[in-house]
Amino acid sequence: MSDSISLKSNNKNLWGGGVEPFKASYGKLMMWFFLISDAFTFSAFLIAYGVIRLKHPAYEGALSEFNFSQSYWPVPEKVFEAFPFFHGVELPLVFVGLMTFILILSSVTMVLAVEAGHRMDRKGVEKWMLWTIVGGFTFLGCQAWEWSHFIHGTDLGSRLLDGSIIYGANLQINQYGPPDFAAFFFFITGFHGFHVFSGVALNFLIFYQTTVGIYEKRGHYEMVEKVGLYWHFVDLVWVFVFTFFYLI
Amino acid sequence: METKLKTIKKVKVDHDEHHDEHHDLGFIRKYIFSEDHKIIAKQFLITGIFWAVVGGLFSSLFRVQLGFPDLDLSFLSPIIGNWLTPQGKIDAEVYLALITMHGTIMVFFVLTAGLSGTFSNFLIPLQVGARDMASGFLNMLSYWFFFLSSIVMFISIFVEGGPASGGWTIYPPLSALPQAVSGSGLGMTFWLISMALFIVSALLGALNYITTVINLRTEGMTFFRMPLTIWAFFVTAILGVLSFPVLLSAALLLIMDRSFGTSFYLSDIYIGGEALANEGGSAILFQHLFWFLGHPEVYIVILPALGIASEVIATCSRKPIFGYKFMVYSILAIGGLSFVVWAHHMFISGMNPFLGSVFTVLTLIIAVPSAIKAFNYIATLWRGNIIFTPAMLFSIGLVSTFISGGVTGIFLGNSALDINLHDTYFVVAHFHIVMGVSAFFGLFAGVYHWFPKMFGRMMNNGLGYIHFWITFIGSYLVFFPLHYIGMAGFPRRYYSFSTFQAGNIESFVDLNVFVSYAALITFGAQFILLFNFFYSMFRGKKATKNPWRSNTLEWTTPINPGHGNWVGAIPKVERWAYDYSKTGSKEDFIPQNIPYSRTPESNLPDDDQH
Repeated sequence: MSDSISLKSNNKNLWGGGVEPFKASYGKLMMWFFLISDAFTFSAFLIAYGVIRLKHPAYEGALSEFNFSQSYWPVPEKVFEAFPFFHGVELPLVFVGLMTFILILSSVTMVLAVEAGHRMDRKGVEKWMLWTIVGGFTFLGCQAWEWSHFIHGTDLGSRLLDGSIIYGANLQINQYGPPDFAAFFFFITGFHGFHVFSGVALNFLIFYQTTVGIYEKRGHYEMVEKVGLYWHFVDLVWVFVFTFFYLI
Repeated sequence: METKLKTIKKVKVDHDEHHDEHHDLGFIRKYIFSEDHKIIAKQFLITGIFWAVVGGLFSSLFRVQLGFPDLDLSFLSPIIGNWLTPQGKIDAEVYLALITMHGTIMVFFVLTAGLSGTFSNFLIPLQVGARDMASGFLNMLSYWFFFLSSIVMFISIFVEGGPASGGWTIYPPLSALPQAVSGSGLGMTFWLISMALFIVSALLGALNYITTVINLRTEGMTFFRMPLTIWAFFVTAILGVLSFPVLLSAALLLIMDRSFGTSFYLSDIYIGGEALANEGGSAILFQHLFWFLGHPEVYIVILPALGIASEVIATCSRKPIFGYKFMVYSILAIGGLSFVVWAHHMFISGMNPFLGSVFTVLTLIIAVPSAIKAFNYIATLWRGNIIFTPAMLFSIGLVSTFISGGVTGIFLGNSALDINLHDTYFVVAHFHIVMGVSAFFGLFAGVYHWFPKMFGRMMNNGLGYIHFWITFIGSYLVFFPLHYIGMAGFPRRYYSFSTFQAGNIESFVDLNVFVSYAALITFGAQFILLFNFFYSMFRGKKATKNPWRSNTLEWTTPINPGHGNWVGAIPKVERWAYDYSKTGSKEDFIPQNIPYSRTPESNLPDDDQH
């Protein structure tokens, strides 16, 4: 062959090697792929929830006449209608709505922390990380209250076929409906709560490392971004958990 | 350069020496808690070898039971003790535990961690031109989680009640209720803990492989210049990231059912006439979750082997791989399809027949990319200057077993035929040939081919040939007769076939004896490899820099690459990995780092397309 054949180098190509094609560091990529993987874990749980729920008959009658029974899946807004200090008042989904709002708010403060990091504003990162941590803890506190209420049950309890009355729920018995309803509630919100807890721990670590100036020395606040991705993911998962458990 | 490496080697042996200014690491950081991908790869390999021996021993034991049910094994009692009945036969529940552990060990610990873990770790940085994995630390954690998981699984063999014995698919309620079988007690708990750790390890490894391939390719290494090994490892890692988390979900729910009284998988169960309290769960749910991992898992096992075979076959045929891009698309297609065929494992679980036919169609479509790969291998061999190294023989063997095992997959993928064949030895024969033997051949090919790069020495060819021929013929002698046994209706996982009369089962006794002999001989032949491996590690012939005259980047590193792989700059990639026997070129190979400007005599008009 002759030398005249022109062989262009395609190194300008984003995928040509020697560059980061997504313009993202390996750490950020890993976080993304980890989140995809974690999304599959949660999807499996939610699908399992759907399968088991569809195995049980749904409640057919009028909402106003609903009462708890082992023979059909409960209507969520009748289960989750309590609010701290408002004993006896029916406030369907108000408390969980507040929890959701708090968690989403903490995502907003996380965005502000990441943005402050881009400006290398250490004070800003500290402030917004702190608010994110507060948001996370508040959510966990709310969940603790909700679990506790769920476990202790309503004043009247629920009468079983054999005449005995049970109050509240645990992994084996459930006053609100079939035992699987409570088991899935504990397992999925618990698994999510564990993610929130790890998120808060990571947030705290980031907050600490910011205050002692590690990222300022390093010259960038990428860690805040990476943990931020995780935190938004945990929020997003909650939106799905909220939809499937409380709304549908 | 060579002398510098030697001094480094000396220093690491003498670890009492205080080296403060050295870049060198102490013995522990260098060989045990190492972050170097090459050391981690060897750690995976050695651990994998250990497990392969254990898994093979287990299969020998249950093959003895199947072939010679009346044999008195009391002479083994000093070793396996109470696994034997007073008559010196293998205990029936122990038999179930043996097949369960054989499956678990081979599928996860040998052919996932031992194969992918070894070669993804070893080859990805070397072949894409990176100093190391994206995160050496997470890579190290990946191995140590695997190690921990191995320890837990190994301990489970010795616990009260024996190891898990509900089959490697651990279907509840068998695996969920300790009353069901003795292995569903503590052994099953250990199994689940071990698998949870294993999933963490697989995830950490896969994240590293993916990000390394995306971010750390050297300059000029476009995706379509990557060797097919890297493509295979890359897609394998993606499959792992997407499927293992679902197994984690399934396992966590099973743990809840077993230990915390929930009923996710349990319903309407009576034991001794007493109803269990568990109600409302679904055992089929577990099967769906399990096979959503389980099916991609078989491609996690076979794809790296196919990648290795592609590389070895091209190199040793001295020809470019035939249809490179179609090989890539086939890998991607197999990877994609692997997620939508899982229910073909569950045709007889009572699913809607319409759904069954959907899964049949999807399953049969996989035959297309698989056949493309098989044809391309054969076309690559066609009129090549074939050099029969042991690695090449095993790669050709892989093509053979991949085809003959794949053909029976077309039978099994049919929901109608599967009614007859489900859970018979036909299935056992199918998946052992297509995924067990093929993947093992890929593993062997990889070990023979990259041994010089791993240890700087050559393995003995003669022993390699003996090992190959016994293994190749032996594997067919083991698994081919099993097809007939399966079609005759022998169910898998049965302890004994001589204790009842059904049809013409009697007339298959000879065949079962034959299979057992073949299995024992084939297993025995693996010790030739083990000897060759460890002997050559220390006494083998010194390797040259590029013993197979190969194009890929790992052969441009020093014979014993140190941490960082290349001394000086990382080579730039100028061409694809398969410029073998190029017309006009003096040598019959042109490594990837040779620019076109240096080979005007062999350049082609469309060379910049690669």
